[in-house]
Amino acid sequence: MLDQSKAKTETNAKKRYAAGVMKYAQMGYWEPDYQPKDTDIIALFRITPQDGVDEVEAAAAVAGESSTATWTVVWTDRLTACEKYRAKAYRVDPVPNKPGEFFAYIAYDLDLFEPGSIANLTASIIGNVFGFKPLKALRLEDMRLPVAYVKTFQGPATGIVVERERLNCYGRPLLGATVKPKLGLSGRNYGRVVYEALKGGLDFTKDDENINSQPFMHWRDRFLYCMEAVNRASAATGEVKGTYLNVTAGTMEQMYERAEFAKQLGSVVVMIDLVIGYTAIQSMANWARRNDMILHLHRAGHSTYTRQKSHGVSFRVIAKWMRLAGVDHLHAGTVVGKLEGDPATTKGFYDIFREERNPMALENGIFFDQDWASLNKMMPVASGGIHAGQMHQLLTYLGEDVVLQFGGGTIGHPHGIAAGAQANRVALEAIVFARNAGRDIWNEGEDILRDAARTCTPLKQALDTWKDVTFNYASTDSPDFAVTPEVSA
Amino acid sequence: MKLTQGQFSFLPDLSDDDIRVQAQYAIDKGWAVSVEWTDDPHPRNTYWEMWGHPMFDNPDAAAVVYEVNECRKAHGGKYIRVIAFDSTPGWESIRMSFIVNRPAEEPGFRVVRQEAEGRVIRYTIESYAVRQPEGARYA
Repeated sequence: MLDQSKAKTETNAKKRYAAGVMKYAQMGYWEPDYQPKDTDIIALFRITPQDGVDEVEAAAAVAGESSTATWTVVWTDRLTACEKYRAKAYRVDPVPNKPGEFFAYIAYDLDLFEPGSIANLTASIIGNVFGFKPLKALRLEDMRLPVAYVKTFQGPATGIVVERERLNCYGRPLLGATVKPKLGLSGRNYGRVVYEALKGGLDFTKDDENINSQPFMHWRDRFLYCMEAVNRASAATGEVKGTYLNVTAGTMEQMYERAEFAKQLGSVVVMIDLVIGYTAIQSMANWARRNDMILHLHRAGHSTYTRQKSHGVSFRVIAKWMRLAGVDHLHAGTVVGKLEGDPATTKGFYDIFREERNPMALENGIFFDQDWASLNKMMPVASGGIHAGQMHQLLTYLGEDVVLQFGGGTIGHPHGIAAGAQANRVALEAIVFARNAGRDIWNEGEDILRDAARTCTPLKQALDTWKDVTFNYASTDSPDFAVTPEVSA
Repeated sequence: MKLTQGQFSFLPDLSDDDIRVQAQYAIDKGWAVSVEWTDDPHPRNTYWEMWGHPMFDNPDAAAVVYEVNECRKAHGGKYIRVIAFDSTPGWESIRMSFIVNRPAEEPGFRVVRQEAEGRVIRYTIESYAVRQPEGARYA
């Protein structure tokens, strides 16, 4: 530990503002007695100081570099209410079982941030500070967003409840599929996959993240053929159907043009990729609210900074920012599929998407109580390596308000896309029915599915094809706390 | 065609006991169960006719089955669904919806395409049944 006398804020103004360099802790960025205000934004960082750098000084430095400080003392601080604007590191805990890593709690005054701007929030919290030399690594683990700040954002354009009302679909997860192969299909062939999947029983199909407007299929062709497929499938089933038309493009002008065309054709949903950036996402969320459009966000790129535990930004923080920014759908992991997803950590993500209020739950990686102040709920999307035989596990882990997306698990069915879709829908309805009837779906799931397959040959074929497919690998992003310890936030 | 709106349209038709079990699940969650019927199954026909009010204070799903069967006596050749309302803050909408009765013949929907500027097509979906006036649409 740092010598506490050197971690004290220098209160003698003459010494404090003498030209030169002093420790961040002495500059006022470490206040162990600070009681965060209800209106403060709180960030929890995982810090890994360089060898020989004290953790309290490192935490103070993070507070300093993410708020008002620079590397040397500046007299111009004294022209401002600088004590108010300094972020305050107020608590540093060692990470359990991880020598050299610490959790640093830092509080920021609300006036440091522009209302309703994720760009402004992130420019401070994950700005320069992530390249700061005295730290080996830095990860933003969680944030507490005060109600006063939450209320400056629109929130999800549609929300789970209104999405269900628009789709006329209640009481079961929604079903989707991503069109495969993800690149190379012509517009006409692409629409065929959409038609077969929707007619077979899915609610949604989806463009993949990198389908925009390429030589093999320009965007207008895709939109036109997809909407023919959507309307044909709707007539064939009497259900509302949708396809996430990806409007991601090189400029905002192009995205608006594509979104307007999707609206003109009667689509209920459009899609964007996370890589378009926070400001573009907020603009598209505003557009979606104005135009009664569900907004799907594909989290393309997130694993570059969310996956490793030592450095980057936790996906739970991205999820909080996206709920503020105003998207309706966001991918959040499957637990059982092919992509990263520890069950306890994934539960934390889903709770952030769907709950009115998140109580602190360290075992799920949630470090703060978070009140969402009636912001709409986001629909989580589970996709990547899931199939009908896992339906009981998916419902148990992920609950009812989720889009389950079976891409290969629909299109790869031995008897075709519509058969694959039907297998998934029958499996889903059978498991939901059994759960409501009080059966133990976790333990009896396979029997329930086998029973349902007796009257549904496509389901039997799906179960036989994929019966041995599992993805059991250790997760890299798992919680640091196995059970809830006795700590106060 | 088979209209596949609702939670359980891909399963074999529900028996009265199946209906009771599902309705009891809703009741035990604190949701009010209601019976509705229609002869216009368009996917965006939101307001089916109410067979009485939602059963707010009913603890026993047997009463729901009774109402379904009373509704069948009057509207057996039409669509009947059971829905459950949740008044919890932040939801205040429907939690369950499943079809419990359907016409013997379901003629399906036609797609009307209006060719517009460029290659744009404006789509309309209409049930063949609604070409007949209300009350005369199904056998």
